Parts: sequence; C-alpha cells; structure tokens
Amino acid sequence: MIRVEFRLPALGADMESGTLTAWLKKPGDRIRRGDALAVVETSKGLIDIEAFEDGVLEELVAQPGATVPVGAVLARIARESAAAAPTSGATAPQATPPMPVPEKPEPVAPTIPGAAATPPPSRRRISPAARRRAHELGIDLASVESSSPEELVRIEDVERLHKQAPSLPQRAGMRATIGAAMARSKREIPHYYLAHTVDFGATRDWLSQFNASVPVGERLIEVVLLVKAVALAVSNIEGFNGHFHDGQFRRSDLVHVGTAIALRGGGLVAPALLDAGRKDLKSLMREFSDLVTRVRSGHMRSTELTSATITLTSLGAEAVDVLFPVINPPQVAIIGAGAIAERPWVSDGKVALRPVLTMTLAADHRVTDGRAGSRLLRRIADLLAHPETL
Amino acid sequence: MEPKDIPARVLVLLTGVAPDIDPASVVPDRNLRDQFDFDSMDTLHFATAISHEFGIDVAEQEYAQLASLAKACDYVQRKLATRA
Repeated sequence: MIRVEFRLPALGADMESGTLTAWLKKPGDRIRRGDALAVVETSKGLIDIEAFEDGVLEELVAQPGATVPVGAVLARIARESAAAAPTSGATAPQATPPMPVPEKPEPVAPTIPGAAATPPPSRRRISPAARRRAHELGIDLASVESSSPEELVRIEDVERLHKQAPSLPQRAGMRATIGAAMARSKREIPHYYLAHTVDFGATRDWLSQFNASVPVGERLIEVVLLVKAVALAVSNIEGFNGHFHDGQFRRSDLVHVGTAIALRGGGLVAPALLDAGRKDLKSLMREFSDLVTRVRSGHMRSTELTSATITLTSLGAEAVDVLFPVINPPQVAIIGAGAIAERPWVSDGKVALRPVLTMTLAADHRVTDGRAGSRLLRRIADLLAHPETL
Repeated sequence: MEPKDIPARVLVLLTGVAPDIDPASVVPDRNLRDQFDFDSMDTLHFATAISHEFGIDVAEQEYAQLASLAKACDYVQRKLATRA
C-alpha cells in the first residue's frame, strides 16, 4: 500500500490559490483516475478537481470553505500496489498535472483533519443566473444568503446584497487572473506574429452539404474544423505543441487544443479539447458542445484547464477580420481566426467574391522562427481546403 | 400548442440552452448576439431545441430567423401554421 497526496493543481498560469467548495467523495470511497473528487472555486468559476490515479480515498485534509494555495495537500489516497505500476501512457493524457507546483506549500488557513473550524460541507445550490450576476458584480457567493425555503441562492439574493454594498469592483477576480497571465506572457515570451488569408469557400460548401445531410443535432460548426486542422498541423510541424518550462521546450505527443470560450458578461477561459488530433469531427463536435455548456454553467474539469498544449481563438461571425492573440503560458503558440467575410478574391486570373478567412499565429521565438510558423499556417490552410480529409 | 403559448415555451428553450441567461432580462426584439454574445454554438443549440420541441426541421439557412426571441417565436408560429 502506497499513500499519495492529492494536491490542488495550478489551473492557470498565475493561479495562486482556490477555495474548496465541496468534497464529492468521502473517506473509504474507491476512486478511479479521472473521477471528480472535489469542487474548487477559482476566479474561473467552480472547477471539478479530478483524481490523478486509482486508489481508495483515505483522508480529507482540507475542509470545505478553506482557501488553500496551489500545491497544498487536499486529501490522501491509498494506492494499491497493483495499481502502482506506471501506466503505459500511450493513450492517457500526459499533462496531468503539467504545471509545476511549489515544493513545500504551506496552507493559507490551518487545515486540521476533523476540526470544525469551517462551515459544514453542505454543497449549496446556486442558480446560474445568480452565479453570473455575482461574478459580474464581483460578489463572493459565500457571502450571499438564500431567502428561499429550498436554500437555493437566486439572483434576487445577489441583487439584495449588491444594494447593501454598491461599490464592489466588477468581475475583479477573472479580470485580474487574465491580466496576470497575459502580463507574464508579454513579459517572458518573445512573441512573433504571422498572418495568412485563405479562401474559405470550399470548406464552407463542404460544411453546408454535410449539415444539410444530417439532423440538426448532428450538425458541425466551423470552429470544430479549425480545431481539427490545427491539431493535425501541429502534429507534423515541430515546435508549436507543448510547454515551455525551466528554459526548455518540451513537446507533447498528444495535441490538446485549448479553445477560447467567451463568458457572457465578460472574461474568457480556454479549456482543452483533449487529444483532438485523433478524434473525428463528430466526436470533437460533441465534446466541444459539452464543454461550452459546462463552461457557461460553471462546471469545468481540472484536466481541461491544465492540459492545453496549444490554443485556438476565434472571434466568430460579425467580428473583425484579424486578431493578434497573446500566448497562454506555458504554451508556445496560439492560432487566431478572424471573422469569415465576403471579400474580392483573385482566382485563375479573375476577381470573384469569396468567403475569406485570415488566420494568425503568435508563437514563441525561444522555440521557433517565422519560417516554421509560415509552414504551420500554410499547412492549416491546406487542411481546411480539403475538409473531407479532416 | 396554441399560438399564445409559443413565446413562453420558446423562452424556456432559450434559457435551457443558455442557463446563464436570466429569463427576466431577455428583451424580445433585441438580437441575441448583441444581447447575450450568442455565438454559433448557442445558435445551433437553440435551433436543435426548437426542432426537437416543435417537431420542425430548422434548416441551417434559417438560423437568421432565430436571431431574437420575437423572431424565433414568429418563425415557430409560421412553421407550425404551414404544417397544419
């Protein structure tokens, strides 16, 4: 029997701590790698923290309500010796948890097992509208009291508290998190930028035909094709897929494409579509659909927030033509997609109106140069021009 | 379903696909993209919900007719009327 510590992973480049909201398992429960063990509130919302290995949950160290630093021990897991053999790693996501954690973290609040220093571990129900409003107003949900008999925290409860404290900063938490990560990126990463404009007509025609041939629930959207094209392209061109740690780039064999998802009311997160290069479009669409729904209702998983090896950001229809993205450390590249719009386009010596897409790349000069970046964008364009191969 | 019941039903579908929207805040005539940053995934989810709920086939070219709550209600009403 080997005892292992279940620690709070870093769920973003500059996350320092999180607040344990609830335990989803109790001591004695058998757990499997990937099971959600705890819910932690961060500036990105509520995140399900998943187990890194199989075993039996032995002891809960942190109590609900406690704010703990990244790397702090949350619980202890007894790993049976048979399960202690290293997994082959051929199929499992590699990057769990990819962020280095401090060697000897000290908890912010004392976490004594069994001590009743924190509120009871009941998991309060909070309506999505209340959560969003609280986030907009920068209100800590722990301070909101429910006025309903079912103990559900509703938007009225948040509004009532807001009227009592009208000067609270708006969405301070998430904005500060994005600001810290992007400041670190701009400070540490020597970005270079490239752009490439392509005729998106063949891709769009293929997509329209495909969507007309399937029921509405099985249709695809353009960004899923982009995810797949990016994943395939970075699998073959070295230096864009992986993480930069301790002065060194480490490539990842699997491609986990972080996909920037905007939150209504401001802010964004970029959770990963895991192993996107080896999934077909139908599976990717299903997973992306599920991911967007969970992100917006505040239920992401820790592996999705820590695993991305490259990011795709698309501003969507009716946005601007070109965006210049900022790399999300410890990644080394990010692909941007502007709005697809009708523009005059020269083909076979004639000018015609075509749907046109400008893709951009921001990449890390410590790892690659513009020539490699140019190959990457051209490769993505080639793949998009032949959507049947995706 | 009576035509007068359609708006309430469509609003339930809308907040079902976008649970982070407060139903009381929806302005019927305002574009969902402007009002709630609706993107292509939201639009697809909304079209799928309408299609399943009312048993109508929403073609991709018709998504623009779901751009606001009021437009979506008109669309459903029209589709149901032509089927009757």
